[in-house]
Amino acid sequence: MNFPPAERSQQPRTEQIILFRVSGQTFAISSAAVQEVRGVDNIAGMARDLPESHLKKVRHSIRRGDRTLYVVNAAIHFGLQPQPASLVFFLRRTRTALLIDGIEKMATMTRLQALSQAFQGEERNWYRGLTALDQAVVPVVHPEGFLSLEELTLLETAQTSADTRASEDSGVHTQ
Amino acid sequence: MTAVPETALQSFVLLRLGERRFALPASQVAELVAPSRVFRFPHKSPALEGVILRRGRMIALCDIAEQLTGKKLATRRFNLLATRKYTHQLDWIAIPVSGECELINAEMMDASSSDSPHVDGWLSHGGEVIEVLRLSALTPGPAETLLPAPLHNFAEARS
Repeated sequence: MNFPPAERSQQPRTEQIILFRVSGQTFAISSAAVQEVRGVDNIAGMARDLPESHLKKVRHSIRRGDRTLYVVNAAIHFGLQPQPASLVFFLRRTRTALLIDGIEKMATMTRLQALSQAFQGEERNWYRGLTALDQAVVPVVHPEGFLSLEELTLLETAQTSADTRASEDSGVHTQ
Repeated sequence: MTAVPETALQSFVLLRLGERRFALPASQVAELVAPSRVFRFPHKSPALEGVILRRGRMIALCDIAEQLTGKKLATRRFNLLATRKYTHQLDWIAIPVSGECELINAEMMDASSSDSPHVDGWLSHGGEVIEVLRLSALTPGPAETLLPAPLHNFAEARS
């Protein structure tokens, strides 16, 4: 049976989110945006240094298949006091591996309010909006907001330089 | 004595910031509420303190007292919830005030070119000359032409 569109649109739409902590602040991210969660210890062997990275928030990269992912320290990204991170979110359809302090819980979001027009800084790229959960306000992060195109270009340059140095070093060792 | 024609009268809300009173058109004022918890999260809009939650709506909080009086408010008795209109969108903002507000009817004199950008006009009330505030000049917001398209994804509510 076909329902008129007005009735169908009355059903509340929901989204599963993960609440996570960074330096004492709680953020939310769509669970669909997180491809994988790993412990920091788990990725230590995979991470490569990026000594020429000009971004304080990115010091390492990880090679996964044919893609290079950049490890973004969420605390530095948000301008918070960094604390030892314990988990990494591999974000789907991005080149970001996000270092966070921990996961609080999973929740269901029924309403996402666009950021007020009064917010005019970088936060407009950082957040999809705000949601209210248990009488608290939680910013919902934009998975693509951790690395801008300009930042990715800088990181690719740093990565190329690191790769060149590594191949030169290995050449020296084999002589 | 010349009587002011009733049609020239407009409604204004008088608000107190420290020792001074200012006015806002009543049409821009939604509510006066007791101060509530301020939710803070990382952002790069220094004029904003965070957001408050009111009837499910998350409203940015902006103290305009320092810009107008040179001092931050020592006492916050209420938050005045006001709206700012951008092309097709209404944007809410919460302004801490230090005393009761009053609704009056008065005739507004237009601001002159020598007035500050935040002055929309002037009122004469109770022996006082009171500035009518232009909120868009006191609180951060987009330039009209820079407004992004409204969000249509998921349940993104436009307020």
